[in-house]
Amino acid sequence: MSDAAVEVSDLVKSYGRVHAVKGLSLLARAGEVTALLGPNGAGKTTTVEICEGFRRADSGSVRVLGVDPAAADSEWRSRVGVMLQTGGFYPGARAGEMVHHLAALARHPLDPDALMERLGLSSVRRTACRRLSGGERQRLGLALAVVGRPELVFLDEPTAGLDVQARRATWELIGDLRASGVAVLLTTHAMDEAERLADAVVIIDGGTVVASGSPRELTRGGAEGQLRFTAPTGLDVTQLLGALPEGTSAVEQPPGSYLVRGVIDPALLASVTAWCATHGVLASDVKVEQRTLEDVFLELTGSELRR
Amino acid sequence: MTTPTPAVPGLDLSPSPAAAPMSRMLVAQTLLELRLTLRRGESVLLTLLIPLALLLFFSTVDVLPEGSGPPIDFLVPGVLALAVLSTSFTGLAIATGFERSYGALKRLGASPLPRGVLLAGKTLAVLGVEVLQVALLVAVGFALGWNPGGSTAAGVSMVPATLLLLVLGTACFAALGLLMAGALRAEATLAAANGMYLVFLMLGGIVFPLSQLPSAVARVAELLPAAALAEGLRDVLTGAGMPWAKVVVLAVWAVLAGLLAARTFRWE
Ligand SMILES: Nc1ncnc2c1ncn2[C@@H]1O[C@H](COP(=O)(O)OP(=O)(O)OP(=O)(O)O)[C@@H](O)[C@H]1O
Ligand SMILES: [Mg+2]
Repeated sequence: MSDAAVEVSDLVKSYGRVHAVKGLSLLARAGEVTALLGPNGAGKTTTVEICEGFRRADSGSVRVLGVDPAAADSEWRSRVGVMLQTGGFYPGARAGEMVHHLAALARHPLDPDALMERLGLSSVRRTACRRLSGGERQRLGLALAVVGRPELVFLDEPTAGLDVQARRATWELIGDLRASGVAVLLTTHAMDEAERLADAVVIIDGGTVVASGSPRELTRGGAEGQLRFTAPTGLDVTQLLGALPEGTSAVEQPPGSYLVRGVIDPALLASVTAWCATHGVLASDVKVEQRTLEDVFLELTGSELRR
Repeated sequence: MTTPTPAVPGLDLSPSPAAAPMSRMLVAQTLLELRLTLRRGESVLLTLLIPLALLLFFSTVDVLPEGSGPPIDFLVPGVLALAVLSTSFTGLAIATGFERSYGALKRLGASPLPRGVLLAGKTLAVLGVEVLQVALLVAVGFALGWNPGGSTAAGVSMVPATLLLLVLGTACFAALGLLMAGALRAEATLAAANGMYLVFLMLGGIVFPLSQLPSAVARVAELLPAAALAEGLRDVLTGAGMPWAKVVVLAVWAVLAGLLAARTFRWE
């Protein structure tokens, strides 16, 4: 197995009476993308900033590239790239100046102009950082994190506020970082992002890990699924259920749309279509819906907006 | 347009981490700070135009009290002190306050740049701006007939003591500026730095002598760094000898503010 780039165990951090992180453990491996997924206030930024050496843990152990970030030196910082959740530039500096400056602090940096080109920042090279749009700032933050060619990057919500193209460019860059052997620890609220990019997902809520694993492991857990199809209104769902295995449920909701819940396997799909055939019903839009990470996430963290 | 272009060839993302040599980081940081300072209109106004305007105005308009020597001998040391005050205190405090609120200092804290090199870069940039200011003010002073010590040789002999006071003043005001910027919000720093600039301008013996102030006020003002610097420079540049008491005042302020700033400065 690849080496641990980030190892956190039993991390605890409070701000006065706010217990932001309560005994959190996680592992991010070299050459992998690890996504920290959690609702607002879950403790993602707190955890990441402790790993970056910005904040001090109350207790627990944190090893980043084998070093306690609280005791980090210049050499360690060159191995770690950081994208802050907000800000992180001289207000009066031009975007291009900022990238060139961070490049000048590294011995073997990326070509700043090529990097900006790739992230769609070429046209704002000469724009003052404080005048950049939200999405441009995000991309600038990403460029600053990677320009020094670190072996580990922390990206705190790298795609928040990005348009579709910029999000895609960011995903591609993250994919290429991973392919080049860089370890990536990112935070996100976007399930599809975690599902698509991450080798490992750590779902945190209320300052602790509520689930972790690969996206497939997480979505497989509980083989429950659902099957949806469209057909004329008023089918006899009780009769349909009679043709299906025990433990399956079926409802018409909304009218003309049918939802079958249970263990959705090929046999079940065949039974549903066979029943329709014998009753002369043409089912259209037959769709098997797998659990998405979003379902898992909502199950684990609850669907209410909390305060 | 914000549409990113797809893959650009030649971007080798494979890790190759190493910090640049310390000297290169220092040069890069200093040049960036210098460029940013000279780009800010209000900072150029504050650091170059105001001292220059005061020098020209008071040397041509006769509002200064009749004193021992020609007004220009009084004015040049005063505006030199003002130049140091505006660059190393007001300008540095305001810029640092905003940099802090935009997360620039935090961002650099996550880069290979050591904190000491960041501070050294800022200091060198301040000194660089001061070199420009002093050159300009001294040149204008000469053009207005300033002739310290009465001869070139005498003038040259005053240079070391003058530089000592300028550097000590810079250290003292930079420490005060960073103390403020490291503790207050950016907007509060802006207000306070401008307010203190005015106080120092009035009570600093810069455009009129302390002897013009009510004696109780003058006694307090003497203990402030602005007056120590302005009057100290005046002592040196009018050949009144080395002003050790003023050197001590500046040194005490520099050490106290420096220690306090180092303890309280918050980078975020
Ligand atoms: N400096 C601070 N002082 C006081 N409380 C803080 C501080 N930073 C974070 N908190 C609190 O700690 C909790 C966790 O915050 P954190 O920023 O780690 O959450 P997050 O998961 O990153 O959230 P988001 O998705 O909104 O970015 C929140 O309740 C927040 O209000
Ligand atoms: Mg956050």
